[in-house]
Amino acid sequence: MVGYIFKRVLQALPVFFGTTLLIYFMVFAMPGDPIVAMFGDRGVNQAVYEQLRAQYHLDQPFLVQYFYYITGIFQGDFGTSFSGQPVGDVLAATFPVTIRLALMAVTIEMLVGIGIGLFAGLRKGKLFDNSSLVMSLLLISTPVFVIAFVFQFVFAIKLGWAKPTVSGAAGFTELLLPAVVLSTLAVAYIVRLTRSSVIETSGQDFVRTAYGKGLTRQRVVRVHILRNSLIPVVTYLSIDFGVLLVGATVTEGIFNVPGVGRTLYQAIIRGEGPTVVSFVTVMVLIYLAVNLITDLLYAVLDPRIRYGK
Amino acid sequence: MSNETPLLSIRDLAIEFRNQHGVARAVDNVNFDLWQGETLAIVGESGSGKSTTAHAIINLLPGTGRIAAGSIKFDGKELVGASSAELESIRGREIGFVPQDPMSNLNPVWSVGFQVEEAIKANNPGMAKQAVRAEAIAVLQKAGLADAAARMKQYPHQFSGGMRQRVLIGIGLSANPKLLIADEPTSALDVTVQRTILDHLSQLTKASKTSVILITHDLGLAAERAEKLVVMYRGKVVEAGPSLEILQNPKHPYTQKLVAARQVTPRVPHTSTEVAVKVSNLEKVYSIKGSGFKSTPFTAVSGVSFEIKRGTTLALVGESGSGKSTVAKMVLGLEKPTSGEIEVDGKQLAGMKPAALFDLRRHMQPVFQDPYGSLDPLQNIANTIAEPLVTHKVGTRKERQERVRELLEQVSLPWAISTRYPSELSGGQRQRVAIARALALKPDIVVLDEAVSALDVLVQAQILDLLAQLQDELKLTYLFITHDLAVVKAIADEVAVMNKGQIVEFGSTAEIFANPKQQYTRNLLDAIPGAKLL
Repeated sequence: MVGYIFKRVLQALPVFFGTTLLIYFMVFAMPGDPIVAMFGDRGVNQAVYEQLRAQYHLDQPFLVQYFYYITGIFQGDFGTSFSGQPVGDVLAATFPVTIRLALMAVTIEMLVGIGIGLFAGLRKGKLFDNSSLVMSLLLISTPVFVIAFVFQFVFAIKLGWAKPTVSGAAGFTELLLPAVVLSTLAVAYIVRLTRSSVIETSGQDFVRTAYGKGLTRQRVVRVHILRNSLIPVVTYLSIDFGVLLVGATVTEGIFNVPGVGRTLYQAIIRGEGPTVVSFVTVMVLIYLAVNLITDLLYAVLDPRIRYGK
Repeated sequence: MSNETPLLSIRDLAIEFRNQHGVARAVDNVNFDLWQGETLAIVGESGSGKSTTAHAIINLLPGTGRIAAGSIKFDGKELVGASSAELESIRGREIGFVPQDPMSNLNPVWSVGFQVEEAIKANNPGMAKQAVRAEAIAVLQKAGLADAAARMKQYPHQFSGGMRQRVLIGIGLSANPKLLIADEPTSALDVTVQRTILDHLSQLTKASKTSVILITHDLGLAAERAEKLVVMYRGKVVEAGPSLEILQNPKHPYTQKLVAARQVTPRVPHTSTEVAVKVSNLEKVYSIKGSGFKSTPFTAVSGVSFEIKRGTTLALVGESGSGKSTVAKMVLGLEKPTSGEIEVDGKQLAGMKPAALFDLRRHMQPVFQDPYGSLDPLQNIANTIAEPLVTHKVGTRKERQERVRELLEQVSLPWAISTRYPSELSGGQRQRVAIARALALKPDIVVLDEAVSALDVLVQAQILDLLAQLQDELKLTYLFITHDLAVVKAIADEVAVMNKGQIVEFGSTAEIFANPKQQYTRNLLDAIPGAKLL
């Protein structure tokens, strides 16, 4: 197992360097001169311009710039944004908010999605099953910004159950509404996935054998149907968690959540190369980690999968 | 339990399934009694309603199935219409169940120990954890797993088919039930494994005076293992009574056919001097991936040599894992031998150019075991049969259609079937289609890899007849791979017995049956169900 994890981390290295190089190159190739842009309409003094170019290594060739950047990262220095704020500080301020939001959304997806899916699958063709299918179809076909605005209007403005926007502190209760909005689409998919998986597992021979042993229905469902049905659901959930962790631009924007999505969006608009590259680098690392954890989770759920043997 | 009333009494049982067209009656008017300590076998082909009847006893009918009428009385209690709590207390505790397919009947995500302990806990509420574990180990040991304690933590995929079936038998008997329902408990296993497991099962049930309902498609096996037989055909009981009486004096035409199918007329040996396939010193070594970068060589086939004369059949016989299918794959050119030579029609297979191999395939065609897996479900029958012709660019569209018509006739299938899809066909019909496809290119040599093993006895006999007839008409050479010696008599001229990758005995069919020299061959012959009853 340790050997397998080591191998996977080794495999992650070329992915890490490849993606950062690619992102760095794309930002490098963006039109416009970032130093000129910093001074806006006022124009820039030639001496100051040269000094700044040297300070940001912009006078060096591309690969040298990339090298400076990467060595910086390994020393914990993510560079400085053009506003003078260290990018590391920006990361430290925004990622915890997004992680909190993502954890809340995934928890809702798990409880609601698997719960409804299991119930619907066990009652295939009954009223509950059919209405949950219709509901999930409705959610899947509604764009997230529509859901966000409707929820914001109904629950925050009309009913006053929550604040319409999130403050800088981004506390648990404030994040609840955006978390619910973020989870809706995934809940709809998970209901369908769990439902079909439960129906398939229920028809398996070992389920009949379990009843034949004299087990109660409750135990057969809990021990034999649910666990086997969860394997595809876990895959979907962990991919979704990865997606949520790198920020939800639209939802964060609508609810004014000071998270990764909104910050990155603003950085791209302003052409802030170091910020964009650093954010994307961290996102790549998160994706790689989530993927590895998903694969390890498989082995926990399904003993037929054993790594490193 | 007095001896006046039977343990299980089924009266006027009818079972229905709902489908798009309404309600279909799968089982109708079934009556039988089973007394304490008795073994009763329900015999019939697939779809006869034998499994459905057995599942109905403990209300485990699949899907839309339900009991439409009748009564099932067990130990004085009426089971039809019983509450789910009542049924749960009877399942496992009073009626044990051993399912058919050991591969799919254990939950792959739980350890074997867990699944045995679970059954014990369900039927002994309040038993201490340590006691449950000790009981589970005892149950598995009784079922024939010697190293049970060490294997409790292992998962089903780490067990062989035979071992899994032992686990399932252990689970079925774990609560000392009064009745055990065994649904084709060994049909997925090798004949030799089948025999050990059934011997063991009857030992256990005899010792505990457990009654057994044995469901099987094999009349010989049923007669050998059960005192009483119930023969089912199309959802109805067509004949019932003492086993030997039915075997010796079958009354219903269906039973008569079943009995006749067991009395194989040995074939008149075919001979020839011309060699069609020559295999010499064949060896195949696989490397099994071990931990880290190590891999261990595994010799699947070693030192195998034989010749098949033109127009004759060589049967390659052995248990699973004996290497017989590997030989077939190498002869077909689907696997490369590690060393040794294969000569087909005088041409060396090794070093053959892809184009030459493509040409060779016109002369040599395979038929595989599983008629469900070997036909493309999205192609209709005409396209399936015509595919080799298209691949080898034989004839025009019209000529190909004509050839498909001719082939369907040869395998005794109606032309109307050509526009149907595999899912609409029975197992026997599918295997006929597979044979038609193999014959499309007019090959000289056909490699039949367990081609009749998945079929019901009567269908098996029909397909064997068809194969023999085609062989005579078209002067075909067969390499016939099977684990079942019972079918060899009907089709083979010579037999090669394989064990652990080597040919241990070779001879004419009559010789092998009359005078087997190796203990291994004798074991295989003894394991044929009901061999002694004929």
